[in-house]
Order: sequence, then structure tokens, then C-alpha cells
Amino acid sequence: MFQIRVHGRGGQGVVTAAEMLSVAAFEEGRHAQAFPSFGSERTGAPVVAFCRISDKEIRLREPIMEPDAIIIQDPTLLHQIDVFAGLKPDGYVLLNSHHSIEALGLAELVHGRQAERFCTLPATELGLKHIGRPIPNVPLLAGFAALSGIIHLESVILAINERFSGKIAAGNIAAATEAYEQVQQQMKELANAKAD
Amino acid sequence: MLKQTEGSKAVAEAIALCRPEVICAYPISPQTHIVEALGEIVKSGELTPCEFINVESEFAAMSVAIGASAAGARSYTATASQGLLFMAEAVYNASGLGLPIVMTVANRAIGAPINIWNDHSDSLSQRDSGWMQLFAETNQEAVDLHIQAFRLAEELSMPIMVCMDGFILTHAFERVDIPEQAQVDAYLPPFEPRQVLDPAAPVSIGAMVGPEAFMEVRYLAHAKQMQAIERIPQLAAEFKEIFGRDSGGLLRSYCTEGADTIIIAMGSVLGTIKDTVDEMRAEGHKIGVLGIISYRPFPLEQVKAALINCRRFVVLEKSLAVGMGGIVATDVRMAVTGTGLKGYTAIAGLGGRPITKASLHKLFREAEAETLPPVTFLDLDWIAVDKQLAREKHTRRSGPVAENILHDKGIVSAKFG
Amino acid sequence: MGFQPVKFYQTGTYTVGNRLLSDAERSVQAGESRSNSINSGHRACQGCGEALGARYAIDAAMAGSNNQLIAVNATGCLEVFSTPYPESSWQVPWIHSLFGNAPAVATGVAAAMKVKGKTNVRIVAQGGDGSTTDIGFGCLSGMFERNDDVLYICYDNEAYMNTGVQRSSATPPAARTATTMPVGSEPGNAFGQGKNLPEIAMAHGIPYVATATVADLRDLEYKVRRAMNIRGARYIHLSVPCPLGWGTASNDTIRIARLAKECGMFPVFEAEYGEVISVSKIRHPVPVEDYLKPQKRFAHLFGKTPHPETVARIQAIADRNIRKYRLLEEGEN
Repeated sequence: MFQIRVHGRGGQGVVTAAEMLSVAAFEEGRHAQAFPSFGSERTGAPVVAFCRISDKEIRLREPIMEPDAIIIQDPTLLHQIDVFAGLKPDGYVLLNSHHSIEALGLAELVHGRQAERFCTLPATELGLKHIGRPIPNVPLLAGFAALSGIIHLESVILAINERFSGKIAAGNIAAATEAYEQVQQQMKELANAKAD
Repeated sequence: MLKQTEGSKAVAEAIALCRPEVICAYPISPQTHIVEALGEIVKSGELTPCEFINVESEFAAMSVAIGASAAGARSYTATASQGLLFMAEAVYNASGLGLPIVMTVANRAIGAPINIWNDHSDSLSQRDSGWMQLFAETNQEAVDLHIQAFRLAEELSMPIMVCMDGFILTHAFERVDIPEQAQVDAYLPPFEPRQVLDPAAPVSIGAMVGPEAFMEVRYLAHAKQMQAIERIPQLAAEFKEIFGRDSGGLLRSYCTEGADTIIIAMGSVLGTIKDTVDEMRAEGHKIGVLGIISYRPFPLEQVKAALINCRRFVVLEKSLAVGMGGIVATDVRMAVTGTGLKGYTAIAGLGGRPITKASLHKLFREAEAETLPPVTFLDLDWIAVDKQLAREKHTRRSGPVAENILHDKGIVSAKFG
Repeated sequence: MGFQPVKFYQTGTYTVGNRLLSDAERSVQAGESRSNSINSGHRACQGCGEALGARYAIDAAMAGSNNQLIAVNATGCLEVFSTPYPESSWQVPWIHSLFGNAPAVATGVAAAMKVKGKTNVRIVAQGGDGSTTDIGFGCLSGMFERNDDVLYICYDNEAYMNTGVQRSSATPPAARTATTMPVGSEPGNAFGQGKNLPEIAMAHGIPYVATATVADLRDLEYKVRRAMNIRGARYIHLSVPCPLGWGTASNDTIRIARLAKECGMFPVFEAEYGEVISVSKIRHPVPVEDYLKPQKRFAHLFGKTPHPETVARIQAIADRNIRKYRLLEEGEN
């Protein structure tokens, strides 16, 4: 079972991200369970959502305390919440920022882990560019697909088409595609840097 | 059709397939997504004829359902927590009048302190209301139980609550097989009321009943629930024939063969318990699970039969009878009277406190070792409790309890889970 | 007790039956096809204004619905005195659920009729002032604002009579009830409290609101029949004196109801969509004293230690009603 935790703020589509991730996994014939952190949070408040992906039926109902991957939709949360709590040693992190992991002062976090599993993505900018709104969730999902390989970009696109239609769907697909490519590129660079 | 969807949305679609004629809606977390989805289904014209009524309170929601049901319409509403308490008088009235209303309860704690998260205090507060109560373990089961509930309710002319864990199920996206309309139509015949307000054949419903008849009326309500104990497994079997899956029934055993220890629970926590039990079984522990689906009627004989070969049992429940202990545990102990079985009660998950595999492992091992106290409060923060008790001892005006505890615990938004 | 002069009216609004008129001109109650919706033999007190009012109202509603009527009843005197089985007086389909939910139950019945395509079946909900102005007020307001197709009739006897005459929010100032005893410096019910349900109903903008008394039963029949010709939420507030609670002779019910209107304490009017469209003028103006004196619930205002200033305050309320509803002005209506 692969467990993902999504951190963000109310209004950023955190819960939607987890739900779409579960739909993408479902489209691949897998079992998936997405659920929010059940608060009555208002716009701007820290929000957490969870997603489990498995090849078997998922019965577990506890919150995800030891995630295989963490998606952070808002870098300002880094100073407020221990977003990385419980991250597995071989875990993945995707962070919404146009800065690098090092520039964000997170080098220590990566220490002793696989560096190519820690990526940043300017997802808000991608959202603005393709959808006209600063909603980072869909680009991050596509970026997560590239980073983890747990789901395919095609499945993310299926999930987009299930949730949105027309122009908004098209914009999201464009944002997702670019995000996917950017993360792939970044991973290559990180792997090369490691090889050097 | 198999799809990945939200529990609330799946339930709304299942309700619509049952062709309700009157739906009463008053919003309360975590029930809202169910009535929102139904409102859209009705307004779009997908479900017709159906009246969707936005009422001014839960008391009105149940009252409108009472009027509609008495006038022969298949009636549905949904609520949770404070809403269920607010309609309590009408809840008893609906069952007293023998009206087959189906209501979803998106289980949530009862305040004060105000708390929107899941436990079973709300449904269990209506334990003796005369309503049948069926608890869903998964969203698939929530869907299936609603379809079975309309059939059972109308057959017996008694109301049913289908209980599903608030947020944990209502807001969870998972795979659900939404039945076809033809399947539901084959399973659920049109509503033929036993009593109906009809100008062509006037009757009085709800007359004053004195000591000469009241006990008989009450006994008959009990007798109907006793009938339900027979009908629930039969209806689940019929359901399997048409829909092709096991869903519902009175209770469900898991890995109980050769089990010395059996864990008893209701609702979605059964999933986490089963995962824990699988891990313990792999390590050689003789442990199993008994899930109770039908809390009312409570299947005393069947629970006894399911437990008779074990040595001890733990009732893990998301409810608390303050001043006494467990609520479900009382019924289970009643079921095993005279068997000499050792029983433990674990109060867990109140107000949405996560019930984790790690805590369950520890709890179940202590049960096996028979070192558990009769009543355990799972993951209770004794430091916070003791601090408050000390505060109360020290000063008369110790202030509001909940706010003191919150103050001691610090900023919650910095944590999660 | 002095003699009460009795006048016989053969036609007109002061008579009950109008049996001397042609069938078409007769009241519903005097007509041959009267439905007798609430049968005789019920257990109401002698001289019960509510029993009289309900019989006229429901028979008129039956006539106005081609006998396709379902009645919903709140808990209260009417429910209790009419139903002990097997002696139900109701000849119409009738349901009682709770004290505070009759309007919502009626909404449910109306919704059921709508989905079943039986819109010819009409719904009447009814209750006393306790269920209407107090405990069922939320449900009533909800039914009004949704404009549900229900005629709600409030039988206002100005206190909780069923439970032994306790104050309601329809109890008039200074009145003695079991919970507003005539003791202390301000005996009886307080001034400046209570609510005006007809005006609150009007504020919902519903199609029809009317008040009536059991002193003018033809007027009541007319208003019920008029209400039955309208769809949506309708409200009739009917003054029904209670011999037990008001401390009046059981043969005085009609007279007291008439005095309530004639002194200005109970304005009788009709309104559509929140606008008053007609008022029943006062024919023989009387001071409130004439209305209050025959009622034991106001006896403490008169006896050995009279409270003329309190009577004056009640008169001021009546005067305000008279001004506000133009109850004395000529030429209108």
C-alpha cells in the first residue's frame, strides 16, 4: 500500500487533489481511498488530505501518519506545521515552489535520503498560466505522477476529465502535462548531480 | 456501475434509485453532501415524482417525513449529532406511529463541547426510540443497506436509521458499485402503506391511547423488531441474489474460527480492526472479529452463538454511557449471560480521536493477556486529565473544562491526524 | 345573576344557521350537505369555543374542497377531546403527531399529495394558541415561508387550557392564569409581552391571512371557503373563548367573543400578501370594561381593590387596534 499526505490551505483544492489522485488510481484498476482531515476549516487555514493506493481492498481507516509521499501545496506551511512528520525513509516529497529544495533550506531533510525523490514545482505559476487561477493542485498531481511513478499522467488526465469539462479541463490538462515534464526534467538533473 | 466516488454521493445515488417521493433536508455536518447531492438529483428532474423540501430544522425534517409517510409517500431524510437530538421527539413519534421512514445518520459526536467529528453517540442516544439501526462498515455497505432498509421498513411498517461514520465514510472517496435501477426495482416493490390518510377511507392516526391499550401497542413495536431479526438475514440473502454481493445481515464474523479472543465493533473501525487482526494472526495470535450490523434489533442469540467458542471478548465502541461505561458492551454482555466468557469494554474514537492500528495492537495484546481493566479508554491523555483534576482540586473557579484542556494541549493546527 | 336579554336574528351574520334562507344562501352548517366532519359526542367542555369553531371551520373546509380534505392536528384540547378511541369524532382523515409540529406534518401530507398527483386533496392544519404561537412557531414560520399548500387554523383561547390554564404568548395583559396569578404589585400577565401572530403571518407575505371569532360564524365560514380557493400557505386566527380558562358562563361564549371584537381587543380582518384588504367594523362600540368584567380571569381588576389604571392600559391597547385597523371609521368595506 502506498500512502500519500497532501498539505495545503483551505481554498487550494487540497481535498480535491486527494480525491482526484484516488480517481486516477481507480482508473488504473487499483483500489484507492481518499479522505480529508475532517475539519471545519475556512479559506486559508491549514488543511490536510490523505490518499491510499493499493492492489487490494483498503480497509484501514486511520489517518496517514507514516506517508510514502507528501505533497505540499503551500510552502508557507513549512514554518507552521511539521509537514514532513513520519515521512518514510524512502519517501517522496513534492513541494509547490519556484525555489529549489536547497534554496528553501531543506537540505537537511534530504540528508541521508534519495535526493531525486525531493522535487519542487512552481505549481501556482502553472495554474495561473494555464487555468488563470492560482490553484496548484492539478499540476502537483501530475508532478507527483512523474516523481513517484505510482500513477500515470494519462490517469491524471482521466481524473481531470471526470471532474472538469470544456476550457477548464483543457487548461488543467495543459498544466498537468507541463508539470509532468518539468518534474521529469528536474529528476534527471538531480540524478545526474548525484552521479557526478 | 463501479466507480470511485464520495460516500455521501454514493448514498445519495442509492437513495434516488429507491425512488423516494418526499425528501426532507436540513443541513448538518457531516450529512450535508448527501442532501446536497439529492437536492441536485431532484432539481435536475432525474428523480421524479419527488418533492425535495428544505425545512427549517431537523424537528421539521422528521415531522414533514411523518406527514408524508402517513399520506402514503416513501419518505427519506438524513441527519447527524445535534440534529438527531433536535428531532428526537419526532423520531419517537415516527416509530410510535409505525411509519416506515428511512433516515441516514452520518454519525457524529454530541456536544458540548461542540465537536463535528465521528463517534456513535448520536445514534445510540436513540437506542430505545423504536427505530431499527443498521451500521455500515464501508461505503458499499452504506449504499446496500439503504436499499435493504426501505424494503425492511416498509415490510414491517417501522422506521430505520442507516448509520454511517461521519467524515470517515461520508467524505471518503473509494470504489463503490452503484446498482442499476432495474436491480433496485426488482428488489424494492412500490410502497404499499398499512395505514394512509385518504379522503376515500378516512381514519384517525395518532389518537390518545390510554392504559388499556398502550402496552399492547408498545409490545407490538418490540415484536416487529423481533420479526426483523428473522427478516434481516433473509433480505440480505435476497439482496445477494439480485446484486451479487454479501451486504447487510445481522452481524459478520471474521477470522473467528479457533479464536480465543474476539473483538466486537460497529461501523468503519472494523476495517482497521481487521487489518490489525490479520497482522496478529500472521504472528500466531488466535484472534478474530465480530462486526455488528444490526444494532437494533440487537441479535442476542446470534451474538451468543458467534462468541460461544472464544474465551474472551473486547467490545470496542465509539460511545460512552457516562457513569456506567459501554453501551454496546451492555448488550453484548446480556447476550453472553451465563456463558462465563470474560468481557472487556474499550471506549475509543470519541469525537473523532483516531483509532490507530498501533493502539489496537497494544489493546488486543493486553486483552489476550487478560490484563485489561473492565473498561478502557483507548489513547486517553491521562496527563491532561490529571492536570485538570489537580486544577479543580486547587481552585474553586477552575473555569470551563474543555477550554482548559485545549489550553493545555496547545495549538492543534500544528498537528494532524 | 341578572337576565340576559336575548335577541333572535332570523337572517344575517348574527344568526348561526340561516335556516329560513334558500339552500344556496344558507351557511355550510345549515346546509343539507354539511359533512359533519367533527361528530357529536366528543368530550369538549360545555360552551367550548374551540369545538364550535373547529366544527364550522372544518365543515366549511370540506365544502370548499369538495370533501377532499385531510386534517392535521397539534396536541391540545381539540386533539384530546375529539379522539379517545374508539370514539374519534373525526369523519375526515386526521393525524395527530406532536405538540409543536403540526405545520410541518401538514407540509409532508401536502407534499405527498403533490407527488401522487392528488392536488384536489386539500390540507388543513390546526392547533391552539400554545402550539401555534409558542412551541410550533418555528414549524409554522417554516411552512409559511416555503408557501406550502396548507391552511393553518389557530384556535386562540389565549392560554394553555389543556394543561390547566397556563400563560401562553397569546395571553392578554393582566389576565390571570395558573402561571400569572393575580398577586403582587402587577397582578396577572405582564404588559408589553406576547406576539401578534396574524401580523407575523402577514409579514411572511403569504397569500391569505384572516382573523375571525366564533361570534360571527358566517364570517368564519366565508373566510375558510375563501382560503380554500387559494393555493399556498394560508392562516386563519380564530378567537375561541374558553369558559374554563376565562371564567365565563358556558352560555356566554358567543357573547364574549362578540365583545372581544366590539371593544377592539380582537380586530377582525383579512389580508392578502401582507396587506390588509378588509376589516369587520365595530357595530356597537363598547369599553373594554364590558368585555373584561364578565371574565373571572380579569376579576382582580374590578373587585374590592380595583385597578382602574390597568383597565385603562388595556383600553389603550384596544384604542390602538381601533386606530390601526380603522375599526370604527365609516365608508370603507
